Amino acid sequence: MAYFSDTMPAPHPNFDDRDYWAACADKRLQFQTCGECGQARHPPTPVCAHCHSFKVRWQQTAGRAEVYSHTTIHHASHEAVQANLPYVVAVVTFPDVPGVRLVTNITHVDPGQVCIGMAVRLWWDAVGGGMHIPRFNPDTSSSA
Amino acid sequence: MGTERSAYIAGVGQTEFKRHGGIMDRSQFQVAAEAVLAALDDAGMTAADVDGFASFSNDANEAALMQVALGVPQMRWSSMVWGGGGGGSCAAIAQAAAAIQAGHAQTVVVYRGLCQGQTRRFGRFGEGRTHGNFVHPYGLFAPAQMLALQVRRHMHLHPQIHEEHLGMVAVNARANANRNPRAVMHGKPMTLDDYFASRYIAEPLRLFDCCLETDGGCAIVVTTPARARDARKAPVRILASGHGSGPGWGSGPLGSQNMPDADYASTNSRRIAKELFAQAGVLPIDIDTAQIYDHFSGMVLMALEEYGFCDAGGSGDFVAAGHIAWKTGKLPINTSGGQLSEAYVHGMNVAIEGVRQLRGESTSQVYDARLCLVTGGLGVAPTSAMIIGRD
Repeated sequence: MAYFSDTMPAPHPNFDDRDYWAACADKRLQFQTCGECGQARHPPTPVCAHCHSFKVRWQQTAGRAEVYSHTTIHHASHEAVQANLPYVVAVVTFPDVPGVRLVTNITHVDPGQVCIGMAVRLWWDAVGGGMHIPRFNPDTSSSA
Repeated sequence: MGTERSAYIAGVGQTEFKRHGGIMDRSQFQVAAEAVLAALDDAGMTAADVDGFASFSNDANEAALMQVALGVPQMRWSSMVWGGGGGGSCAAIAQAAAAIQAGHAQTVVVYRGLCQGQTRRFGRFGEGRTHGNFVHPYGLFAPAQMLALQVRRHMHLHPQIHEEHLGMVAVNARANANRNPRAVMHGKPMTLDDYFASRYIAEPLRLFDCCLETDGGCAIVVTTPARARDARKAPVRILASGHGSGPGWGSGPLGSQNMPDADYASTNSRRIAKELFAQAGVLPIDIDTAQIYDHFSGMVLMALEEYGFCDAGGSGDFVAAGHIAWKTGKLPINTSGGQLSEAYVHGMNVAIEGVRQLRGESTSQVYDARLCLVTGGLGVAPTSAMIIGRD
């Protein structure tokens, strides 16, 4: 069962981000990276802001991340999240893909325990239609 | 810049302000037209004097239709600011000022008509958000939730800033609104205890940290020095105005939150603030009152820092010392009640209050106010601002 209810807005892949979402569907979290200078960027966009190359490659993260900022949401701005209140939205960074941040959820946690710098680990939420959404929960492994 | 090359504000106008859904007896377009006519009347002008219109945030009340509705005989110029939502408010005024300085137009009316009951509530999920793919699947739907992430990180970097300081911004706005009969929250006093009793929307932001959702229209007449001198009210000079963004903002906090680290917990105003003060030839200490776009209390704290009224991290102490309070503070802010407590007309009501202060017409009048900073929406791209003064 998906984390949010089945009326939750799903991504609508477009020309620029469809490769990102195709990888997510395949349970791979990868970020667009310049094929020339290697600078990672997010969200996907066709040109490198550093060297103006249109060449693209993708860097996959192993899925360990760190909380950069977070908010616990208590108000349902869409009916689909009503049963999840309160829920945590966070911005996370990746030691293995520097230079990008991802908006995501921290799940399976007491919202009051979430803090900046917290180690979190990727899990894939099957939301239907073959799509998977990257969410995170506390990383309790010793190597974090 | 010499007064002969400056643009001036000659008139301001508004409709009544109601909670979202409060204006259902006439269209949003009519509300916008009423505000334009009120501003022209305030200036002692008619539609025949107008040759330009400007707006922002994809205002649905198109200039070409406004020309027809009001019988404007000749349009020479019109403009719509790209992106940024309320970040475009002072940007649209700046565009009008630039058009006048360049001689492309003589009198431009900047307007915003907003009836959230007839369109959609800004505090709810909406289709079509740029980079919505990267926020909606996580339940990050509304600006309060998105900008809570900036406020949280700002408070993390500056642990001397507490939730109490957010509350002081909200309580200050409400106190001002209670002196302003036009304010939606007039007659509804609020204490800091009331503030702490209000529910969280998105931590650390509570209900009263968030702006209102309003139905209403506002307009501002921007014109040449000569026409401003002939206007009915005292002219207000635009000493400096502009809009812009730091690098890498893109859709910023309202999108994927990938602004540069140094700018993340910010209102995106550091650069524009520096340029505005240089353009106006004044310093933050010279500003008598500021009307700061208060969509969320925490962004006001950051703006106080970025516009140089206090040091980085010093905004909590600044508000706790009473500096933002009317009428004893050294920088009374949001003297109409702002968007937290007067109305949310995407920054235009905040700009109108700046004009009222310089004319001596505010209900929380700052004694002998000569210089006012007005900002547009904060933490977006573009953001915008202006410094206005009386001659």
